[in-house]
Amino acid sequence: MTDEHMRKVVIPGEVIFEGDDYLPGEGTQKKGNEIVAIRYGLAEESKKLVKVIPLSGVYLPRRGNVVIGKVENITFNGWVIDINTPENSFLSLMEVPRYVNKDDLEEVFMIGDMVVAKINSINKRGIDLTVKLKGLGRLDKGIIIHVNPNKVPRIIGKEGSMISLIKDETKCRITVGQNGLIWINGDKVEDELFAKKAILHITERSFMSGLTDEMKKWFEEEKAKSK
Amino acid sequence: MTKETFKRPDGRKPNELRKITAKVGIIPNADGSAMFAFGDTIAIAAVYGPKKMHPQHAQNPERGTLRCNYNMISFSVTERIRPGPNRRSTEISKITEWALQPVVMIDEFQGNVVDVHINVLQANASTRCAGINAAAMALAHAGIPMKSLVQSVSIGKLDKHLVADLIKEEEDWEEGEGATDIPITLTGEGKISHIQLDGKISRKQLNEAIELAKEASKEIYEAQKKALKDIEEHDRK
Repeated sequence: MTDEHMRKVVIPGEVIFEGDDYLPGEGTQKKGNEIVAIRYGLAEESKKLVKVIPLSGVYLPRRGNVVIGKVENITFNGWVIDINTPENSFLSLMEVPRYVNKDDLEEVFMIGDMVVAKINSINKRGIDLTVKLKGLGRLDKGIIIHVNPNKVPRIIGKEGSMISLIKDETKCRITVGQNGLIWINGDKVEDELFAKKAILHITERSFMSGLTDEMKKWFEEEKAKSK
Repeated sequence: MTKETFKRPDGRKPNELRKITAKVGIIPNADGSAMFAFGDTIAIAAVYGPKKMHPQHAQNPERGTLRCNYNMISFSVTERIRPGPNRRSTEISKITEWALQPVVMIDEFQGNVVDVHINVLQANASTRCAGINAAAMALAHAGIPMKSLVQSVSIGKLDKHLVADLIKEEEDWEEGEGATDIPITLTGEGKISHIQLDGKISRKQLNEAIELAKEASKEIYEAQKKALKDIEEHDRK
């Protein structure tokens, strides 16, 4: 919680720290002996590393991110998947954990299918995805909602505290894509809609501190209402 | 006319700007948006992207592209103007692009484009300056990497007197040497990224005009900063 007080909103060109004690991280730049923000967001300092966490804007893909996307096209050796980024993202058939007949890629993923995938690498040509890990692959049922990608960290919470709370309270399976697409699957449609309501409630209050406790209260209130 | 008797039509001091209103996040569907107003000159800016450039032949594989579009809404002036692009708006779009280019750092977005749409809702001179100020805020709000914001202000020479932030009435000044309008855009380092001049001015007075713009840009910067920082409070509600 100590770094909670260190957080402040910075604008491009604003000096965050002076002196050589700090290292410039993501969203910052060193100019002379000053660390200057080059993006609009929350400045955070930890272990002498200064970075700016974006508050708004489009999703910028990072290696290792789990994302949800839609199959846009099928090529001879894989699938083109739309994950709401300017670059094309590609899922190679080598990255599918099963034997794939090269003549019948549709058998695995058809155009229009929703897929949970992990970003394997980012290079000049685009983004390479993989579904070789547990929990990745095609989504068959459930609902998908879209939220602002900058609010995803709040939905997940510290070490997944928030998302596990929602999962427990709504009895739904939820996968949060870093690109702002969220998959919800429960036994009943009512459960899914309740989870959706909870997530949208969080996105509206993303600036609050102690949001997990707040949500616990919210769940109690909502449950009392429905009874 | 001597300096003592010189008076601006709306009674402002020579270096006094109109009341600045700045707001961020006014267009929910855009990736970044802002409103900036000098008194009754109101401009809104919406930023979309970075996104893939279309048509494909316009893509630049070396760096990202900044594309600006300035437009005056047909009801923004007293007599309705024909909607759609015209010679003037095409020019101002290009000018805005050049004014912003030195500060945006979009080199890494190869083949992509950042679109900036500026709309003037109400015009009473200095519309391009209000547009550039709004665009700078909207770009920051969209999370585009930038060296700094930019501040733009129009400096006018009415007869022999320099004034900041012109209004329509002053633009049509006819006494003495008449009116000269000099819109100036400054980056965070105090460098000029855009200056326009039509009319006559001495070199000495031009330097004075730039100094006046630097002074005015501080006030604009504070307004932009406040708007961007206040969004947190705004979202909390």
